[in-house]
Amino acid sequence: MSDSHPHADSGEALPAHVRAEIDHWLAKFPADRRRSAVIAALHAVQHEKGYLPQESMDAVAGYLGIPPIQVYEVASFYSMFETKPCGRHHISVCTNISCMLCGGEDILAHLEKRLGIKVGESTADGRFYLKQEEECLAACNGAPMMMVNHVYFEHLTPAKVDQILDDHK
Amino acid sequence: MSEELVNIEVDGVPMKARKNAMVIQVTDANGVYIPRFCYHDKLSIAANCRMCLVEIEKAPKPMPACATPVAEGMKVFTKSPRAIAAQKATMEFLLINHPLDCPICDQGGECELQDLAMGFGRDVSRYAERKRVFKDENLGPLVSTDMTRCIHCTRCVRFGQEIAGVPALGTIGRGEQTMISTFIEQSIDHELSANIIDLCPVGALNNKPYRYRARAWEMAQVPLVSPHDCVGTNLNAHVLRGRVMRIVPRANEAINETWIADRDRFSYEGFYAADRALKPMVKEGGTWREVDWETALEIAARGLQQVVRETGPAQVGVLASPISSLEELALAARLARAIGTNNVDHRLRRIDFRDQANDPVAPMLGCTIAGIEQAAGVLVVGSNLRKEVPLIAHRVRQGALRRGAKVSFINPRHYDVRFPVTASLTSNGLGMAQHLAAVLAASLAAQGKAVPRHVAAALEGVVPSAQHAGVAATLVAGGLRVILLGALAQHHAAYSELRALAAALADTTGANLGFLPEGGNAVGAALAGVLPHRATGGRALAAPGLNAIEMLAARLKAYVLLGGIESADLVPSSAIESSLRGADCVVAITPYASEEILANASVILPSAVYAETSGTWVNVEGRWQSVAGVSKPAGEARPAWKILRVLGNLLGLDGFEYASSEEVRDELRHELDTYQGGVAAGAAFAPGRLAAMDVTREVAIYGVDAIVRRSAPLQATVDGQQGAAGGAA
Repeated sequence: MSDSHPHADSGEALPAHVRAEIDHWLAKFPADRRRSAVIAALHAVQHEKGYLPQESMDAVAGYLGIPPIQVYEVASFYSMFETKPCGRHHISVCTNISCMLCGGEDILAHLEKRLGIKVGESTADGRFYLKQEEECLAACNGAPMMMVNHVYFEHLTPAKVDQILDDHK
Repeated sequence: MSEELVNIEVDGVPMKARKNAMVIQVTDANGVYIPRFCYHDKLSIAANCRMCLVEIEKAPKPMPACATPVAEGMKVFTKSPRAIAAQKATMEFLLINHPLDCPICDQGGECELQDLAMGFGRDVSRYAERKRVFKDENLGPLVSTDMTRCIHCTRCVRFGQEIAGVPALGTIGRGEQTMISTFIEQSIDHELSANIIDLCPVGALNNKPYRYRARAWEMAQVPLVSPHDCVGTNLNAHVLRGRVMRIVPRANEAINETWIADRDRFSYEGFYAADRALKPMVKEGGTWREVDWETALEIAARGLQQVVRETGPAQVGVLASPISSLEELALAARLARAIGTNNVDHRLRRIDFRDQANDPVAPMLGCTIAGIEQAAGVLVVGSNLRKEVPLIAHRVRQGALRRGAKVSFINPRHYDVRFPVTASLTSNGLGMAQHLAAVLAASLAAQGKAVPRHVAAALEGVVPSAQHAGVAATLVAGGLRVILLGALAQHHAAYSELRALAAALADTTGANLGFLPEGGNAVGAALAGVLPHRATGGRALAAPGLNAIEMLAARLKAYVLLGGIESADLVPSSAIESSLRGADCVVAITPYASEEILANASVILPSAVYAETSGTWVNVEGRWQSVAGVSKPAGEARPAWKILRVLGNLLGLDGFEYASSEEVRDELRHELDTYQGGVAAGAAFAPGRLAAMDVTREVAIYGVDAIVRRSAPLQATVDGQQGAAGGAA
């Protein structure tokens, strides 16, 4: 970054369509509030790469004209953003109160056993990523439930889980 | 600024408060204590520690005093059962994850958390679960980290954004895993970076070189003034058994507020460098012999006398470092003049002396340091501001960001200043003098004024661009406007042109012309007459002596070097080595006996560093600051003013009968106060054709003087490494 600080660079490190997506969001905010688009920009990058490599976060910081640390803060705060490489299919098992009472933890244990990984890890073949879920996923009526790539699967049993895994190649 | 006042009541006591002030600001001003961690007078309000919760009448719950604006008739209770209960509850939460490692924590004894836990904590924790821990990051050679101790007040994060302008630390993660981190492990590289040590209310960020060296309560606190730049930064040294263990800021709103530069904080490591001169030494037949003081001083006096007797006093040259105290400088000048020579100078890195007759009496700022923050327009000519004078750079930046000051730079190359500038005029085919001439031309045109005769030749054919006109516009109108000439201008081969043009620009626009000289006492040196062409107070001399460059080029028979002068302090030249080594007598009054000094000198008189002597430093505002010094100097070293006094006595010179440094100071002060002559300025310097080439020298931030060059932690920083690699030191 050069001296006059909110000084966006041309964003050549980002693909044109990602830049277009960020520009779409930037247009919704006042011109001197480019920082507001950081979440949308990170979504666009993660959609592209599957996670947020440091270079991409730095590129977003450069394009928005904000210090890189402010991008890292956002990326590390939201559980929807991944800052390390991870599997293709993101699985989040809810273990919050309703799901816990209905066996959510057994579902998680089954998944860990079947995939051979712990929460926070990805399978060696890069197919599945078992996310750490911070909070209730808001589908208590369907407990126990999990989310695969942001799609809800409810009233789970181990057999149902196996079927779902088989459906995600 | 609205001075509208409202009436509030704090703990039953009526107070007047500025409208929109926060409760904590009012209570602080009135001496009512409210505990806090995240609130800091110089930083934005975060209200995230919740320690300052107070009860406010009609409010349904306790309110944070730091983020609650006062309102007419507001009743605040800082010590009511509800307020105390809220503060105690906050303290309990803060202590949940804080380790109980005070006995091995450097902050112990001076820790805000420890203090407040004494007042608001329970004696036994109810929390029996696991505490979270974090891996410590390496933030570089200056700041140590124990992030498990962090209470997330975010003072360091806000400092990075608001004061340093380089946000390196951030709040990473969320919930219990929240941590203060750079995320990508990296050092925090900024010339003010170590202020986060003082800001951190706990032991998370601490002084790395000082780690485990001493306990806060064992040390004595001694006030000092920094000699490393012209700001005159106020410091406190913490001393244990005669040794400076660390240096911290001494708050002074008019000068350094609560900040100090890393250079001021860590230079003390250079006091105890391996090559510190601990005993007087004389060179006989090419080999050095340690002798007692009497012998060394006699040999020094005899050497000088012999040269004076055999070849005349004009063969003696006195070079004094501008980091020396005023008393030392005054005695050095007196020594030269009593011997009978005007060969005395402190402008060690200057190369252009053509127009020295028009130098100001002393190179001063022309306004106060705090005043710079109020300036409407600032033009900096020839200064890598952040590295030369970090605290002036901070003032300029605050002025630009908070008050919308229009700041421009004319420099040989572009420097990152961390705020939006009006213009950064760098080489691109034009030299600094040409840029300055173009700004002058634009300002004359804008005001419809005629070109002053003495700059007519320089302005001939100069066509200002829109950028030059833009800079001129920031100077021609408004409140205080300042033009500053930095070290890169003062080291410039065309300094005379630059100064003449800057003076003409100041003249036509009504802006102040200020100087940012090198060394903590350049102003004092000028006032004390450490100049070949002027005696005390700027009195012009009929027969000027040789300036620093001429003295070395002339290969004199004898030199007196004051303040650990090495080639890094001088204009690079092959003459240095040959002239010093070829001289009959080189008396080095120096804290250090480096290989270079040993090779050049014939007598080494070990002197105290700035912290070890009583003395006065006159800062760039002209403010005289006297301090008593820490304690006795290392080894057998003596304060340089005493060395010069005895040397004067041994040489049989008049005017060296002083019992204390205060007497030297008071006499000079009296002389300056009663002297009314002013400076006999020479004829106005008329710049001719201006060069497009900038010949100047950048001195690395940690290469400015002998003490700083020996501070291992400073040399280990990125700036230090670059300085060493670039050879700029």
